[in-house]
Amino acid sequence: MHSNDRYIRQIILPGFGNATQDKLGQAKVLIVGMGGLGCPVLQYLVGAGIGTIGIMDGDTISKSNLHRQLLFEEKDLGQLKVAVAANKARAQNSLIQIIEYSFAINKNNAIKIIEGYDLIIDATDNFSAKYLINDVCVWLNKPFVFGAVSGYEGQVAVFNAAQAGIMPIHYRHLFPVQPADNEIASCEETGVIGVLPGIIGTMQAAEAIKLITGLGNPLANKLLTYNFLTAQWFGFEINSSIEVPLINDQFIRTNNYEVNCHSLEEDLDDIDIDEIEVSRFLDLKSDSNVFILDVRELHEYPTINFSDAQIPMSVLKESIHELPNQPICVICHQGIRSVYAAQLIKLHKQVEAYSLKGGLTAYFNKVSNE
Amino acid sequence: MEIEVIFFGSITDITNTSQVVVSGCMDTQSLMHELINRYPSIASKKYFVAVNQKMIQDNTPLKTGDSVALMPPFSGG
Repeated sequence: MHSNDRYIRQIILPGFGNATQDKLGQAKVLIVGMGGLGCPVLQYLVGAGIGTIGIMDGDTISKSNLHRQLLFEEKDLGQLKVAVAANKARAQNSLIQIIEYSFAINKNNAIKIIEGYDLIIDATDNFSAKYLINDVCVWLNKPFVFGAVSGYEGQVAVFNAAQAGIMPIHYRHLFPVQPADNEIASCEETGVIGVLPGIIGTMQAAEAIKLITGLGNPLANKLLTYNFLTAQWFGFEINSSIEVPLINDQFIRTNNYEVNCHSLEEDLDDIDIDEIEVSRFLDLKSDSNVFILDVRELHEYPTINFSDAQIPMSVLKESIHELPNQPICVICHQGIRSVYAAQLIKLHKQVEAYSLKGGLTAYFNKVSNE
Repeated sequence: MEIEVIFFGSITDITNTSQVVVSGCMDTQSLMHELINRYPSIASKKYFVAVNQKMIQDNTPLKTGDSVALMPPFSGG
């Protein structure tokens, strides 16, 4: 079969043509994750004629995958996802090359594999992989198409795509700090409706094809969300104004992507702490017996000179023993995290704990108005 | 002054509703305080805040008819 016969229905589209088909044929795309999102991405990219497709996943097929991972059949149970998916893809289109990576992405293999591709598809199902893919793509200047699902809802976005005059946005601009894996429930815990990753994965494939061909406008600077129950799409305009860490090879080497349980199961809601106004805070600040603790992440600004310590919320639980046994007043940006931090401190240290109401925003408002 | 608040993903597990109307909040900071009073567990969650579908970082004034969204990260695939 001549390749033009195979792709003729898209080649005849206005603005498509042989030149656009050639771009697809020359492209190298890596799909990380061969589950609910990865299956439809692979099928549509294979169909479209992407010349080289890498597929990466260390998992084997289990019965609970079959309701949403439609490349897999009952006879495939127990086999490697990547091996079964690669066979299906080759049977679907013999003109393209499929490269198999039958192991999970990690710090040691990510840079080496990702640097060989033009475009990455994040079809993974955990934050460790999502943040690693983000950081490596930022470091290597690779665009990537992000997808994620939760229950009946899904998210899709194009990150780190170069645009003239605009700083590319990536995942840490939305969520700078990686949540612990038990902080946000996964599909295993909350369940997922089978068709949902089909919809989100198909959107990822669509955005990949647009990025490669230059057709239309990519979904850049937006997070698109879909709700299965209401059939509503929401597009959020996102921006790069939040401070993010400098991402380079050293950051990737030293960052801990395997964030483990700082267990949030403890019921802190019943612990009473004092939420204090700025005027009271000014008194406590000048009281040398009160320890002022800043729980903002290290990249947050403005920097202040009146805290006794800065221990970011993301590591507070592990560091509580380092705090002194004296009254502690916690501050953060808006006085939200500091409530939780003060409750955590009171629970573990039984010292008096205060939270600055309204946070540093309220503090600077008051101080600059006087 | 009525503001429509929309919750997404795991935030909805806390609020048990995907939408509430809150009145009397002049800006996003006072709105967040009101929401955390109603649903204290939100305080320990990660999410971004969007006003009229635009992500914000700083305290933002609100007016009647504005919609505010709390969007957490999703990790499933």
